Amino acid sequence: MAVAIVILLIALGSIAFHFWSPWWWTPIASNWQGMDDTILLTFWITGFVFVAICAFVAYCVWKYRYQKNRIAEYKPEDKKLETRLILITTLGVIALLAPGLLVWNNYISVPDNAYKVEVVAYQWGWKFRLPGKDGVLGKTDIKLINDENPFGLNLEDSYGKDDLLVDEGELHLLLDRPVKFELRAIDVLHNFYVPQFRGKMDMVPGMITYYWITPTRIGEFEILCAEYCGTGHYAMRGLVIVDKEKEYNKWEAKQITFDKMFAKNKNNKNLQLAKNTK
Amino acid sequence: MNKFFKTLAEKPWEESQAKIDNEHLGKTLSLSKYKLGLRTIMVVSTIIFSFFIIAYADRMLIHDWRSMPEPWLLWANTGILILSSIIFHLTKIASDRQHNDKIKKGLYFIGFLAYTFLFSQLLVWYQLLNSGYYAATNPANAFFYLFTALHGLHLIGGLYFLGRTTSKFLRNNSKVQEIQHTIELCAIYWHFLLAVWIVLFGLMLFT
Amino acid sequence: MSDEYEHKLEAKSDYVSDASSGTSASDIDKLPPAELPDQELYHSHSWWTTYVFSQDAKYIGVQYACTAIGTGILGLVLSWLMRLQIAFPGLGLLEPSAYYQFVTMHGMIMVIYLLTALFLGGFGNFLIPLMCGSRDMAFPYVNMVSYWMFLVAVLVLLSSFFVPGGPTGAGWTLYPPQAITSGTPGHNMGIILMLVSLVLFVAGFTMGGLNYIVTVLQLRTRGMTLMRLPLTVWGIFVATILALLAFPALLVGGLMMTLDGLLGTSFFMPAIVSMGEQLKYEGGSPILFQHLFWFFGHPEVYIVALPAFGIVSDLISIHARKNIFGYRMMVWAIVGIGALSFFVWAHHMYVAGMNPWFGFFFATTTLIIAVPTAIKVYNWILTLWRGNIQLSLPMLFSLGFIVTFLNGGLTGLFLGNVTVDVPLSDTYFVVAHFHMVMGIAPVLVVFGAIYHWYPLITGRMLNETLGKIHFWITFVGSYAIYFPMHYQGFIGVPRRYFEIYDSPYIETSTMGLNVFITVAALIVGAAQLLFIYNLISSARLGKKAEKNPWKANSLEWQTPEMPPAHGNWGKEMPKVYRWPYDYSVPGAKEDYIPQNVAPSAVTEAKVEKS
Repeated sequence: MAVAIVILLIALGSIAFHFWSPWWWTPIASNWQGMDDTILLTFWITGFVFVAICAFVAYCVWKYRYQKNRIAEYKPEDKKLETRLILITTLGVIALLAPGLLVWNNYISVPDNAYKVEVVAYQWGWKFRLPGKDGVLGKTDIKLINDENPFGLNLEDSYGKDDLLVDEGELHLLLDRPVKFELRAIDVLHNFYVPQFRGKMDMVPGMITYYWITPTRIGEFEILCAEYCGTGHYAMRGLVIVDKEKEYNKWEAKQITFDKMFAKNKNNKNLQLAKNTK
Repeated sequence: MNKFFKTLAEKPWEESQAKIDNEHLGKTLSLSKYKLGLRTIMVVSTIIFSFFIIAYADRMLIHDWRSMPEPWLLWANTGILILSSIIFHLTKIASDRQHNDKIKKGLYFIGFLAYTFLFSQLLVWYQLLNSGYYAATNPANAFFYLFTALHGLHLIGGLYFLGRTTSKFLRNNSKVQEIQHTIELCAIYWHFLLAVWIVLFGLMLFT
Repeated sequence: MSDEYEHKLEAKSDYVSDASSGTSASDIDKLPPAELPDQELYHSHSWWTTYVFSQDAKYIGVQYACTAIGTGILGLVLSWLMRLQIAFPGLGLLEPSAYYQFVTMHGMIMVIYLLTALFLGGFGNFLIPLMCGSRDMAFPYVNMVSYWMFLVAVLVLLSSFFVPGGPTGAGWTLYPPQAITSGTPGHNMGIILMLVSLVLFVAGFTMGGLNYIVTVLQLRTRGMTLMRLPLTVWGIFVATILALLAFPALLVGGLMMTLDGLLGTSFFMPAIVSMGEQLKYEGGSPILFQHLFWFFGHPEVYIVALPAFGIVSDLISIHARKNIFGYRMMVWAIVGIGALSFFVWAHHMYVAGMNPWFGFFFATTTLIIAVPTAIKVYNWILTLWRGNIQLSLPMLFSLGFIVTFLNGGLTGLFLGNVTVDVPLSDTYFVVAHFHMVMGIAPVLVVFGAIYHWYPLITGRMLNETLGKIHFWITFVGSYAIYFPMHYQGFIGVPRRYFEIYDSPYIETSTMGLNVFITVAALIVGAAQLLFIYNLISSARLGKKAEKNPWKANSLEWQTPEMPPAHGNWGKEMPKVYRWPYDYSVPGAKEDYIPQNVAPSAVTEAKVEKS
């Protein structure tokens, strides 16, 4: 008896928690409303199933509780009922899958007018690279990374010379403009995740992965690493700031190009060597 | 396969089905349990080696792939394995015909060949290591050491059962019936290992 | 356990009547010969070979279960420490490295060394020969070796706590490159010991699995067709097939990573710059490891789930005094889920950086596998419908299973749908999902199964009052732990975070929620101590059980002695005349008819034609 009530309470309590608890997703700041919508659809379907089945179980436990003179029904199978249930379930599954796959198709198809930003992850922080005036990111290789060339840019690639390097873990993005994140890691797996943007993708050393978003509101958003990467995984935070065009241009103008940074590093190194040999 | 689906479509609660089922002897397959056990082991081994081959094929496609040297000893070792399979086949025939003398000679010879093979494989390793081809030197090398190690371990496992069969045969004053099926099982296993070796060796030769 | 069975059990060719002859008075009781030559049995002669190096599957089953549960208790304690750190970071209980080491060991212990070992090695060994009507497993010596390999594997795993650097802190998924680079705890000896332990485990379980397969296929007793087997056996049987086909992938991945770590090979290691230093690796693929790991990893969760499904079907059926609804569909569903489980692995890798087109394929297969799973849920609840439900402890735990598995399975639909997985992957939503569906639901079945089969193993009943307290706290408490946790995932709180701190982006702090979850976890944890106490004390002080206390049909309850003696059946092997679900058959005197009751004894029972 108590069991039936508890099961019912669990089902209803879960619904109550869902609607009245203060914990819900962070307000979305990107174009991926489709993901949220698919989640809501899934909630309706699975929520209905959960309550229905719990209620059914509670009812059975109450109605068919053991009585000495009760004889349970002997029915090995019911083909009609089983077929109907399979059909309904399949329809439910299709109802979930179809919108989901449509949104996924959008997620993997980057719009042509998206501008590129490279995100470089390392243990344990974030660096960024913008394509600069020529609009193309220069080629990189992990083997080329050293103190002078922390991003590992290929010195022979002319496209790389004007790339803007952002070293402080703070990235700015343009409001309402689609951006494609090209993701790189130089040591272990990481994942570039901003909860409000909804998107994420692992970064694999030796590969370049990607995803794209269109930021839809101004604000400051925290970057969280979403793939375990060692003891500093939880501390690998950064900031993404979505700006209107004016503020973005101001920020972009302040960033250093690869050319200048490489020259500065070489200079420093020579100074250091000179100091040491004195 | 068809039989399997038919089985799953039975209705065990029906009286007509129950009558048929009451005659059932308790076995699903007409195999001895040892044969079924051996087949299971071979399936699992095949899957293990298949995964390694997939990893190998995947790695091979990357531009920095270099093949490794081909010590002539490997050809000799392949020959040893082929010879072992032939002897095993003859020994199995001998055990069917209960030619005790031939069986004894066969089992000893196979044991000798197996130990020779293992020793010779270790020699190959020694040669490669001496020439500077360590496991980390290039990926083909790494796979080579892995393949040969696993194949060798499988052979050692087989040697254990061969050893038990041989000592049982000698102890029981050559009563053949006791070990007839064990010889057959060992023979199948040896042929299996030969097939695995040919696939692995062939793969490494051609890439 | 029972005493050693002294007499030599001989193969008797006990011909009762010739099956091919014509009609006779005892036609309905006709059957083939009593014992088949395959079943020679090993008899132990010393204390060591009876109780320690036992070749009797019943003893081996208990050994597996005790080792698994013992290891599981360690895993439980680790989880308390982890939760305390999360809820009360100010206490400074753990360093980040220790936290990650506990996370890793907790996960690996619970999935592999507790659940897999308990369901397959523990329940499998004890129940398969009995339910199939055989005297023991097909290869008792190999079976014994398999247990000792498991024990050695456990000891190797535990030894990693004592080596320099401590156990590996790479997460139970052990992804390279981080597992063997310096940013991860235990990247020297810890990870190697973990991999060695896993290799030993796989070798041991191949030996065990060999036994379970051959026994179920070839050593059943007369009249026991595959479709007359209880669903418990089907669940464990198909799970064993999955294990034999899936563990090789783990073995291969583990061996290759061991070489990467020990010898500097580059199977999985691309060129990387670690802590400012160019390492010597190049050309390897971390994603290859993920494919291998999850090709094993996904069937692995079904290796845990399928036995649970099978067992709970039997528990519900017996305690509701009603045949399991849709037996054929249940068998098809178990086989179907098993087969499909090999085609869904990359749903763990949607955001791993693999070719995006794979997302379509694996989302589809993953949601397809939901259908047979749903059918099983429907059939369980339809078994309750018009049943005669005894609210015994096994039934209570089965009801708890239905609720929690339903919840966990439904949240799986969120994650399986590739686009929904994008925001939710690697967050607490995943942690809540897999705990609910792997940690809570199958564990509730384990408890129900232990309450159910304890009299068979020990001859005594477990204390019911303690059991009820255990049930209520565990069921309600576990739900309270994991249901709210899903919502942390919606907020975006990532998993494997030592500390979340009150981050500016989280509008409502989850710290209060964390404290609640931790307190609930500690309470549920304490309730398990009650259970352990019950297990140990009832072995001596429990109420003596009558034979077949639950009035069940399956063969394990029909042995001449309870607990069953060595050889299980005495002089003559049982003969099976019916499927195991003849409960409340119309016209029958009792509400159950055991499988080995001849038709002549129940002539008035009418089976419904369907």
